[in-house]
Amino acid sequence: MPVGDVLPEIAVLVAAVLGVLLASFLAQRHQWMCAALALVGIAVATVLCALQLSQAPRLTFSGNWAIDAASIWARLIILAASGIAVLCTPAWLREDRRHGEYYSVLLLSALGAMVMAAASDTLQLVTGVLLSSITGYVMASYHRDWAVSVEAGMKYFLLGAFATSLLMVGVVLLYGLLGTSSYAAMASVASSVAHSPLLLLGLALVIVGIGFKLGAVPAHAWLPDVAQGAPAPAAAFLTVVPKIGAAIALVRLLSTFDDATGWRTLIEAMAIATMTLGNLAALWQKDLRRLLGWSSVAQSGYVLMAVAVDGLSRSAMPALLLFLAAYAAANLAAFAVVTQLRGRTALDDFAGLATVRPWAAAVLTLSLLSLAGIPPLGGFAGKLMLFVATLDAGYTVLAIAAVLNTVVSLFYYLRVLAPMYFLKPGGTVAQLGGSVRAAVAFSALAVTGIGLGAGVLLTRIGLATLLP
Amino acid sequence: MLTLTILLPLAGALLLALMPGLLEVAARRLAVAVAALPLVLLMAVGWGFDTKPGAPAFQQVAEFPWIPTLGVAWRVGVDGIALAVALMSALLFLAAVAWPAQTQGSARAYYAWFLFLEGVSLGVFLVLDLLLFYVFFDLSLVGMYFLIGRWGHGNAKAAATKFFVYTLAGSLAILLAIIALVLASSPMSFDMREMMARQPLAGMDVRSGLVLLGFVIGFAIKAPLFPFHTWLPPAHVDAPGPVSAILAGVLLKMGVYGLIRIPLSMMTDVFARYAFALAVIAVISILWGALVALGQTSFKRRIAYTSVNHMGYAVLGVAVAGALVGDEAAAARQLALTGAVVEMVAHGLITGALFLVTGAFWQRAKEYELGAFGGLASVAPRLAVATSLAAFASFGLPGLAGFVAEFHIFAGTFAVYPWLAAISLLGIVITAALFLQTLQRLFMGDLPKRWADFPDLGRVETATLGVLLALVVAIGVYPRWLLALIEGAAASVLRAS
Repeated sequence: MPVGDVLPEIAVLVAAVLGVLLASFLAQRHQWMCAALALVGIAVATVLCALQLSQAPRLTFSGNWAIDAASIWARLIILAASGIAVLCTPAWLREDRRHGEYYSVLLLSALGAMVMAAASDTLQLVTGVLLSSITGYVMASYHRDWAVSVEAGMKYFLLGAFATSLLMVGVVLLYGLLGTSSYAAMASVASSVAHSPLLLLGLALVIVGIGFKLGAVPAHAWLPDVAQGAPAPAAAFLTVVPKIGAAIALVRLLSTFDDATGWRTLIEAMAIATMTLGNLAALWQKDLRRLLGWSSVAQSGYVLMAVAVDGLSRSAMPALLLFLAAYAAANLAAFAVVTQLRGRTALDDFAGLATVRPWAAAVLTLSLLSLAGIPPLGGFAGKLMLFVATLDAGYTVLAIAAVLNTVVSLFYYLRVLAPMYFLKPGGTVAQLGGSVRAAVAFSALAVTGIGLGAGVLLTRIGLATLLP
Repeated sequence: MLTLTILLPLAGALLLALMPGLLEVAARRLAVAVAALPLVLLMAVGWGFDTKPGAPAFQQVAEFPWIPTLGVAWRVGVDGIALAVALMSALLFLAAVAWPAQTQGSARAYYAWFLFLEGVSLGVFLVLDLLLFYVFFDLSLVGMYFLIGRWGHGNAKAAATKFFVYTLAGSLAILLAIIALVLASSPMSFDMREMMARQPLAGMDVRSGLVLLGFVIGFAIKAPLFPFHTWLPPAHVDAPGPVSAILAGVLLKMGVYGLIRIPLSMMTDVFARYAFALAVIAVISILWGALVALGQTSFKRRIAYTSVNHMGYAVLGVAVAGALVGDEAAAARQLALTGAVVEMVAHGLITGALFLVTGAFWQRAKEYELGAFGGLASVAPRLAVATSLAAFASFGLPGLAGFVAEFHIFAGTFAVYPWLAAISLLGIVITAALFLQTLQRLFMGDLPKRWADFPDLGRVETATLGVLLALVVAIGVYPRWLLALIEGAAASVLRAS
């Protein structure tokens, strides 16, 4: 077995296991050490993953596991995002008696996302989705005594159970029709199989199942609830990390089917529905976290733009990776600020924040403007690439839909920004100290860095291609 | 040199933002000093600018790679058109920063945003890269949004949001059009000079029409042209005086400048096909702006609507210039384009001055309604003289800058679209009536008791307006130096076609 190929994943797993052991005998006030351990694990995994960049792209573990540019970059983004989410946590969970175990759950969830990004086999994909989901339910309801958190976890779980069972039915249908679960084998068989409606049905079920992790219509409903109800650092993680794995998983699976199955139209419709619904629902929210949840649904719609044109434009894959990185940075920055402000979330409470907490306000501004796609921030670079890719592929309608949606989205992002700068402060603003500040700083740097350094990043990513 | 022109104000803004505890006086001095730097640099560029026949169209060119995979780079350079508009913008920014403003206790932030806006606005005129153009175009919205929303009065928040959302829609239309234009030829390059040479969409039908539509809608929102002007009145009325001056004097120019720089220069054939429609929209804007302005009772709203009217003249000039290709009526078309650029400069100076005047009114009276004033000439003679001079220039009195611009535009238009020229002359009659009526209501008649001690313009105010209006007179009396700068560039824009 080529164990060396999954060293990054092993590093994450080992850190998770050690974390559980450590948490079981550390006193509650020392449990922040589990966070440090998790960070070490993530750092080691990041280095190991980055080393794979210099290796030739290949399939390993009997074609189950892909090591190509897409999977490496996606796993790097997952690891970086998980690291920032870890930094947000210790101050927030200090009062929680089971504080230490949280990091192990988080690492396992990140591992699930990494498996999704690299899976090159439907069964492997299901493993990744399940690992990422089950740990996600736990993280969402980690405030066990707070009804809103428990409700968020419950909704997440119910919708997740339904969506993952659809995914499995879809996988079984595909296996039944094509006689294989490996993508490479599916690619060679798929063209010779008659295009039965059953094949499209199986594919559609799998798309809905992965779309659940992505927060895409029709399985998007958990996102606003989790964003609002989960502990703020968990919300930061859950609105970002699973999406990265899911987006790559979706692209990888769909690239094995030719256009005649009609999946492009399906994804295009899904993209437009997702971005429109997310943006319209976000318009009148009065709660910042819920607003970010809906905005996160809308952003999934943009992600699907790149999925729809993958293979038609050379810019599609770089666009997907750059957009995911920019989205991750901006969303983490927003949630890190919310965490730093002790979960302050009613929009009215943000009045005059720029006067009282100028730095927090500035980072939130950067992150929201980046989500809206204002240059020269990361979100702009990502959206620019998405527009280039969709127009290049001739999907003009999709690009125009995204433009209209961007205009709508600016309206609700400004509903958050305006009171911070244009109103008088209402009182003192309490905040958390410690490593949250580092999370805020790192994510803010990433938001601007991805935008200004888009040239360097795109050159490094190059023409990232997928293995079959 | 041009890179510094863009970056110095941005650095100044950052410096101001990072210096807590800076006193208002110090912040103001620092801001004025920094705002003067781009003007000095641009004057140096203008001094060394070669207008002789055969000189390169774009001078002071510099280039550094940014996103090589897409062919995007930091490219700066100016031709006579860009230089004229940039010089006017730099001067107007200096005037607006120097204008004694009510900063409501946050002087540092006010001046920081102003310098930020100066850097990005000059960026729009000085860059030679399509993506960079878009970046600065968009960032100017951000700066303007915060200036209107934070320091405006009345319903400033709503006005700022409407401005931002409406104009972002326009700029995204431009972004899609830019990408489509760039994708139409390979290898991918966002270099403006390259695109002018390649004319990527020449001869294509539906798609090139759509791309042109994207550009025209985007720039028409910014200019603004009828029917896309509805964001303008609230933004202007609720913004503080100096911000209005920049909005009218600099930001509106981006629309017309963009039309010249991108569709007129890069898709000449397609532009010529639809030029008549654009000219008709411009004429409607001219008349609509003038008529609606006449119907307003607020001094500031009147000036806001005359901007629609004046930008209509400028766009008419651009449409006439692009109406034909090759050597047909080349002299007339060049006249029209030159006129459009002079109109941009003249309108920036004149309307900038008028909006600063409205700022003076608001600071003294918290009131824009014409009916509330009267007889002010007796208590505020300097204010009366400055306002009258700017108003006369605005409706095109000979000997002042507005006349030079409008004369060129009409002379060009008569050769290409005589009927449109005749109709749009009506606009001048209406604006003349409306400005004379405004002056009469403000400065003649009985002085209401409450304004008995209406303060006249202060020293700084007089000096600022004096400089702007002196240039208006200078251009009106001796336009040669400005025309020499613009004519060469106008000729090369039209010759490239």
